[in-house]
Amino acid sequence: MSDKPFAITLTVGSSLANKTGAWRTQRPWYVSRQPPCATACPAGQDPQQWLYHAEEGYYEAAWRGIMAVNPFPAVIGRVCYHPCQAACNRASIDEPVGINAVERFLGDEALRQGWTVPIGPLTGERVLIVGAGPAGLTAAYHLTRLGHAVTVRDANPRPGGMMRYGIPAYRLPRDVLDAEIARIVAMGVTLDLGRPVGDLRAELAAGEFAAAFIAVGAQRGRHTEIPAGDSARVLDALSMLHDVAEGEPPLLGRRVVVYGGGDTAMDAARTARRMGATEAVVVYRRTRERMPAHDIEVEQAGEEGVTMRWLSTIAEVGEDRVVVERMRLDETGFPQPTGEYEELPADAVVLALGQDADLSLLSSSPEVAVARGAVTVGADLMTDLPGVFAGGDVVDGERTVTTAIGHGTRAAAAIDAYLRGDAAVPAGPVREPATVDGLNPWYYADAPAAVRPRLAAARRVDTFDEVVGGLDVDTALFEARRCMSCGNCFECDNCYAVCPDNAIVKLGPGKGFAVDLDYCKGCGLCATECPCGAIDMRPEQT
Amino acid sequence: MSVQPVKFYQVGSWAAGNRLLRPEDRSVQADPQRANSLTSGHRACQGCGEALGARYVLDTASRVTNGRIVAVNATGCLEVFSTPYPESAWRLAWLHSLFGNAAAVASGVAAALRVRGDRDTRVIAQAGDGGTVDIGLGCLSGMFERGDDVLFVCYDNEAYMNTGVQRSAATPPAARTTTTPVVGAVPGNRFGQGKDVPRIAMAHRIPYVATATVADLRDLEAKVAKAIGLRGARYLHVLVPCPLGWGTASGDTIRIARLATQCGLFPVYEAEDGTVTATTPIRRQVPVEEYLKAQARYAHLFAPEPRRDLIDAIQAMADHNIDEYKLLDGE
Repeated sequence: MSDKPFAITLTVGSSLANKTGAWRTQRPWYVSRQPPCATACPAGQDPQQWLYHAEEGYYEAAWRGIMAVNPFPAVIGRVCYHPCQAACNRASIDEPVGINAVERFLGDEALRQGWTVPIGPLTGERVLIVGAGPAGLTAAYHLTRLGHAVTVRDANPRPGGMMRYGIPAYRLPRDVLDAEIARIVAMGVTLDLGRPVGDLRAELAAGEFAAAFIAVGAQRGRHTEIPAGDSARVLDALSMLHDVAEGEPPLLGRRVVVYGGGDTAMDAARTARRMGATEAVVVYRRTRERMPAHDIEVEQAGEEGVTMRWLSTIAEVGEDRVVVERMRLDETGFPQPTGEYEELPADAVVLALGQDADLSLLSSSPEVAVARGAVTVGADLMTDLPGVFAGGDVVDGERTVTTAIGHGTRAAAAIDAYLRGDAAVPAGPVREPATVDGLNPWYYADAPAAVRPRLAAARRVDTFDEVVGGLDVDTALFEARRCMSCGNCFECDNCYAVCPDNAIVKLGPGKGFAVDLDYCKGCGLCATECPCGAIDMRPEQT
Repeated sequence: MSVQPVKFYQVGSWAAGNRLLRPEDRSVQADPQRANSLTSGHRACQGCGEALGARYVLDTASRVTNGRIVAVNATGCLEVFSTPYPESAWRLAWLHSLFGNAAAVASGVAAALRVRGDRDTRVIAQAGDGGTVDIGLGCLSGMFERGDDVLFVCYDNEAYMNTGVQRSAATPPAARTTTTPVVGAVPGNRFGQGKDVPRIAMAHRIPYVATATVADLRDLEAKVAKAIGLRGARYLHVLVPCPLGWGTASGDTIRIARLATQCGLFPVYEAEDGTVTATTPIRRQVPVEEYLKAQARYAHLFAPEPRRDLIDAIQAMADHNIDEYKLLDGE
């Protein structure tokens, strides 16, 4: 007799005995790709990685992710031209993620909460940094974290460099700048202000410092020969911004002409409006398209009543007027004079024609190569003089605060390697780019970018109040969650859900997933349905 | 729509789960403790839509009923690939019947449970399109008409795939199968109405009829849960693409199902007591070409000569659905 129930004659076996993994010709592979925001960031930040923490409301962890590279989140969250957002893949879905706004929120939150960064065990090495701007202070921050003793010297009475003396307060409130600098100083950085370094060689000869970083910036406004009457009022934009920052604004009059087409020209014109000028005209010799100023600056200047005269040069400056010559672009795009002149009323002319670095501190170091006004450095930012590094506006590259911070970070790593006697700075892993094609856009819900509240344009013209407002907690969280996590798993469980063979194993929160190769048939559904392109299908070796 | 949208995260409610959601707000399929009613080792082809659809449906039913379900399975792919002697991939009470009588057997199971006074154990009958629209339609209609307490689920892959891709009454116009070859003035399957079984079910005025696809997991799970919550005869029609029969890459199964809904050829809706009560709007509309081009069974519409006339005729079918079910309204 059978011991089985009525009408049951067979013992059931499980299909688990059938290892369908043997069918497989390709297997899923979890990867981490380089998001375009990280590739685009001149400071070397990886926004996707810190947004990941911000999405969960872990703002301190997110802030520490930023601080691993950039000690000025609140500053950068205001003044950066955010190439990360220009590169953001979300633009192909709706609008780029407001990375910059979230960074500012995190920077401000850190100042409210008083978060600080620990410093490592002291190494006994001393490093001299010349210049207390973004590059110098960033290098000082990282070197201090690594345990080196840092002295920062600067000719100006207050630290910050161009962040203080170049960027007007309506773009960067001074309490924010002061607080982020104070946090670096509190880590033990020695600030030696009002002390220009005249001769670096002599300074280093004393033997106090094992390495030096030149980050003196480009502080000298370029001039051009313009015939001007004795009573003509011609100022340099940098000096004007510097004096405004020091609370000693120059007299400009009612009608101000700014000569130049860069961000400094916009800053000068907008500052002139705030100082009472009823007319602020920017004169630039090329066209709008060829203007080096960032779009947002030109746009905001226009909103504030600054007017632009393209294709014009200033031929002569008189007491209450300037003579402007019209230009035309030749086939190479270079402006050529036309011989047509007109007059503009002007009580003052502000020159914003570019800036040069004052490299007199290298005058007795002829072995340090200088090309076209920029110190020549290697990939590690070291000059031809061993142990002497340079970064920020004194080397070739884009002259922005963000780029300077990137240089400061890279220089600190290189100086640390130099002090430890290592030949090379350890490089991070090279990742494949996370392109739009690798995403599955279906899974991203449509959500518009949270718009940063702006002060009404009318209020801006007579105050130095901050123009662009910050995000509140809810908006910052929403904005962070718009990040698509390009090329990096964010645990949406899609791969686990769509596998017809139950061959994806969930490892638990924060641990991701594994593939059960006993049963994975290699169909590729998990890779196709991964929203962010974090799964590759790779051929099996035969 | 029957799903409560999660207006929350970068993926909204479209992905299966989300580390930021409370576990109870995630899909059943995101649950590490899900039933896996159809376990690993089954012999379905790579990327099988039917294996996926069956697990989606039964795991949800299992959660809703606390595992108290009996599944009656018609002959077909699902039965063949899941239970080759002596193996079974099923982890629930499962009966195999004939090809055509799954609905009748399920009616009997429901009657037996009623006799035993068991109101907690629920009965699900499942079949492919062959076992539903062709061979099983008589028994199914009887089950509807009697109002037996059974949820009948049709996994529609639009042909007899298990026996070698023969045409069924669910095969769409112009599709190539081994019995509708690419010959004549109108190659592939003939243009006609086919059998619209969800509408036939609605004509019986049963409490609940719904269509769904493997491309919208949240929607499918919500419909299964809703169907289980009702008594009487209920019908769920799930589109499950077949990489083998449709000539698609194994990794594209869900993408193809999504295109079927987004071009309008497969309307996703639900109906109560014979009346359509909700439709899932098209979110990102595509022309039918995008759906057709991805499948080798329609290759003859594009080469050697493009058959604009036939593509237009298929687009007209999609447009008719969009109009009839108001698929572009809302959202």
